[in-house]
Amino acid sequence: METIIEVKNLKKSYNGLIAVNRIHFRVYRGEIFGFLGPNGAGKTTTINMLTGLARITEGQIFLKGKDVTRNIKSVQKIIGVVPDENNLYEELSGFDNLCFCGALYGMRKKDREKRARELLNLFGLDNAGRRKFSEYSKGMKRKLTLAAALMHEPEILFLDEPTTGIDVASVRQIRKLIRELNRKGATVFLTTHYIEEAERLCHRVAFIDRGKIITTDTVEKLLDANRDTHLVDIRFKPVSNDVSQLPEKLHRRFPDISCTLKDSGTIRLTSRQVPDIAPVVNYLASEGFFVLEARLIKPTLEEAFVKATGIEVDLMNK
Amino acid sequence: MKPAIAFWNILYKDMKNYYLKPPNISWGLIFPFAWMGMLLIKSGTAFSISEVFPGIVALSILFGTTSMLSVTITFERKSRSFERLLLAPLKTELLILGKITGAILFGLFNSIIPILLCAGILKAPVSNWFLLAAGVILLSVISTLLGLFISVAATEVFEAQTYSNFFRFPMIFLCGLFIPVTALPQLLRPLSYILPVTYGVDVLHYSISESHFLPPVTDLLILAAFSMVLFYFSIYNIRRKWIK
Repeated sequence: METIIEVKNLKKSYNGLIAVNRIHFRVYRGEIFGFLGPNGAGKTTTINMLTGLARITEGQIFLKGKDVTRNIKSVQKIIGVVPDENNLYEELSGFDNLCFCGALYGMRKKDREKRARELLNLFGLDNAGRRKFSEYSKGMKRKLTLAAALMHEPEILFLDEPTTGIDVASVRQIRKLIRELNRKGATVFLTTHYIEEAERLCHRVAFIDRGKIITTDTVEKLLDANRDTHLVDIRFKPVSNDVSQLPEKLHRRFPDISCTLKDSGTIRLTSRQVPDIAPVVNYLASEGFFVLEARLIKPTLEEAFVKATGIEVDLMNK
Repeated sequence: MKPAIAFWNILYKDMKNYYLKPPNISWGLIFPFAWMGMLLIKSGTAFSISEVFPGIVALSILFGTTSMLSVTITFERKSRSFERLLLAPLKTELLILGKITGAILFGLFNSIIPILLCAGILKAPVSNWFLLAAGVILLSVISTLLGLFISVAATEVFEAQTYSNFFRFPMIFLCGLFIPVTALPQLLRPLSYILPVTYGVDVLHYSISESHFLPPVTDLLILAAFSMVLFYFSIYNIRRKWIK
């Protein structure tokens, strides 16, 4: 496999505060690489260093074998960037925004107009091409920002939280487009704090927290590490508002099972063996809980992430 | 060819989106008329048009370019669209040239009305049209670069406006626009000499009434040197401050 991004001992500090702390990773040509971590973990700082928007404090980055610190302008020809916030021109139309972005890469008028039309069509924005960017919905803005990054047909696409803050339909469409772009050969470097997004889209994932990479592996291997973990979600009607003691009580009663409260009406049981649910349900009933549902859950990347980082996913998504 | 395409499109976009908007065009038209009218009303027929001609031209250029460039760049940085330019495979010098050329042209446009008004309608004599053109061009360049210098220092649009005014208003008095530098108190003169606009205004005075305190070639050389220093100092600051 050809390495297209290589990061060695990368460090970034701002006024003594370390944002990225000596991270290493490689991204191979043609893969979707996920950078997963909570807000403030160092994802955007890393992307900014990879794309030339932030200076490197220590370490090295090679994109397609070229040292980013020495050849940033030649490297920028082969990358497309979708930042965490849309950065197109509010006063320009969608079509003009795309054409302008193409022009920045030296595309001729005829070529950039053709490409802009193709992309508007691909992203389902044909009818909005003449409207000002400021008049677009959040989802449309995100799609156009992604389209702008594709104008010059980059080999590597950097996507910083591409689906944050937009409607479900747009999220689904953007994810579908990312998969399509990857199928056509683009290497994608994606940061997200949505575990489900990383699991659905990425071939390999790095978990990052407080500037450090905790683990990097393929999604399959990260999931495999949790294959022997069995999860059951039990939904119940609480007898009182205070259910905070319930996980501890359950664990004391059933020591092989660890319990976490997902919300005030759901408890998650985790065990190495398939848990016998009946005694648990009976116990809950004896405590006055009315059990509504017990469901076996397939382990996801979420469990792998929680296990590796110790960060509760609900907290991360907040 | 590719850098030329990028340069032209940065310039074209800025002209279309900022400089050729009706409020800015009307600014360029109304501003010199307002100053001229004020001076005419205040002084009646007692003043010589040749005395105020360079000042009105310089003022129109200075006020048009400094705030426009500093505000547009600060606005683009705030809305993060300036990132688009920093992410493009363009040398910082080229993209900044693309950004400042629009403001320079806007400065030239702002000088047309006062020149037409003074030389065309009020029949003020111009002794050297070539020097007048050179002075107007270099004043537009230097005023724009002052705007660039301000935009690197500002993070908010209101800061850009405040800093612009902080520079511009003292220049009205210190740079010989209406009061000759030689008539200023000795204490203030060093300030005049470190402000590049002083030399642009001196060229305008020479080109119109042949009054001056430095030979025009010296003025032009000083202006060119100031332009180079301001341009590269701003580029250095952009690389240092905007790519953190």
